[in-house]
Amino acid sequence: MRSDKNTSAPLGLKVAAGAGLLFLHLPILLIFLYAFTTEEKSYQFPPPGYTLKWFAAAWNRPDVWDALGLSVRVASISTAVALVLGTLCAAAVSRTRFFGREAVSLLVILPIALPGIITGIALRSAFSFVDIPFSFWTIVLGHATFCVVVVYNNAVARFRRISGSLVEASMDLGADGFQTFRYVILPNIGTALLAGGMLAFALSFDEVIVTTFTAGQQSTLPIWMLEELVRPRQRPVTNVVAMVVVLVTFLPILAAYYLTRDGDQVAGSGK
Amino acid sequence: MSTDTSILSRRTGALGQLSDTFWRKPKILLFLMLTPPLLWLGVIYLGSLFALLLQSFFSIDDFSGLINYDFTLDTYRQLLIPSNFDIILRTVVMATLVTLASAAIAFPIAYYAARYARGKWKVIFYLGVMLPLWSSYLVKVYAWKLILAKEGILTWIFAKLHLTWLLDAWLSLPVIGGSSLSISYTGTFIVFIYVWMPFMILPIQAALERVPGNLIEASADLGGNPAQTFRHVLFPLALPGIIAGSIFTFSLTLGDYIIPQIIGSSRLFIGQAVYAQQGTAGNIPLAAAFSVVPIVIMGLYLWMAKRQGAFDAL
Repeated sequence: MRSDKNTSAPLGLKVAAGAGLLFLHLPILLIFLYAFTTEEKSYQFPPPGYTLKWFAAAWNRPDVWDALGLSVRVASISTAVALVLGTLCAAAVSRTRFFGREAVSLLVILPIALPGIITGIALRSAFSFVDIPFSFWTIVLGHATFCVVVVYNNAVARFRRISGSLVEASMDLGADGFQTFRYVILPNIGTALLAGGMLAFALSFDEVIVTTFTAGQQSTLPIWMLEELVRPRQRPVTNVVAMVVVLVTFLPILAAYYLTRDGDQVAGSGK
Repeated sequence: MSTDTSILSRRTGALGQLSDTFWRKPKILLFLMLTPPLLWLGVIYLGSLFALLLQSFFSIDDFSGLINYDFTLDTYRQLLIPSNFDIILRTVVMATLVTLASAAIAFPIAYYAARYARGKWKVIFYLGVMLPLWSSYLVKVYAWKLILAKEGILTWIFAKLHLTWLLDAWLSLPVIGGSSLSISYTGTFIVFIYVWMPFMILPIQAALERVPGNLIEASADLGGNPAQTFRHVLFPLALPGIIAGSIFTFSLTLGDYIIPQIIGSSRLFIGQAVYAQQGTAGNIPLAAAFSVVPIVIMGLYLWMAKRQGAFDAL
């Protein structure tokens, strides 16, 4: 039996680990503070006063709503495409052995293994090469490509845990392939797909590097944010939007964690 | 008795027959499953990548600004002129420093989570890493713009501690300094660490969780002090995890163009050079050649990582 159960950590390690976690979290918390500041011209700390009026100001900004709407639509469609492609790929790779299996998994991982700027510029030059004008669909094309891997990773981990005999039992009991899929496989992989889908949504919702190359004049929420960062116009509104984005992205991550926590591989460990 | 030897009769209806066909010829099913994802990734992604690589062998006509579609290595030669080569060197040095610093900060967190955190604390550590990892990239950069601003919290803390002289002394240093933290290499470095370090923690934790606790105890029993145990036992066993994590920190720093643009001096990194060349300069061949640099570096890096067994720790 392992004997390390009751040993406690050396003080130095505790401090280093705690300080590391604080380093990760304090900057995000600071955003929350700034959402309430009365100062609008600079990033002055401590804020001279606190107010709620920027929430109303952000609420009444049509450009924020337009950007949010576009982001949600792009993320929804990209997630749907990624769910189909990622699941198909995961099923093929984990159920059967075939020539080029390794190459397929490498191909799926490549879009996030290479820096985003390469994916972005590659897509952009391909669009101009075949004369595709920038549109909603060019953004989706880029996003779906790197979202596939998130769904794929979750689905592969789950497929590994489903015993092959379950499928055989279903077939032995007279179910055809479609019934087996509907009543045996789908309920088993359902939560993994849901988790993968949520992570894909979060990934797409937040993506900016590839999007700058595929969006043309359109502005998703991250692009809106980027413009505010480069040329600040109304800082308090940006503060509020930043805070809301943090809160909104926490939800799918927490949900994905709780959906897959019983497994050997928890969702989200690879972004 | 019919000639059909199966116990169940053949299925009727189009769906039933289709299902039977898939069962008899699994290759058809496999083909149908693989075609959509492979078409998507193969045509859209690999196709674009290939088109990009192809463009790096073209050149741009200096007078007309049009692309000259003859095969040439001139564009690659341009990467070697001092101003461009400096960009590459600067980016690689930054990526290396960020990776080393990330490993140093990530290790204690990963070690504590792997060896000491139990039950509730395990969950807290996991989510404590996962939430910053997944929270919005731009929001994280923005948070640091608030922190590093001249009128921001960091300057305030230094003033409260009566250490303003220290900050000023640091900022007056030649290369890493600047007129404020948000427009210095130091700022860029800190933000890079902040944004990419979480990617280092989980692979190290995964590697450390496979180290049995009694190995550490054995080392202590044999007279090793904590530093020796770390040097000769823990570190070698964690190395595949560190390398796996460094793939992310290194690759992500190498290709980033937003962080140095928002927080940093005006000196370019590879990502910014690619962006500027394809955008304002309109020199797609040079942009393509620049983007081949991270691909080649990452290719070498992945090849080395594979030899070290880093992929088992992913």
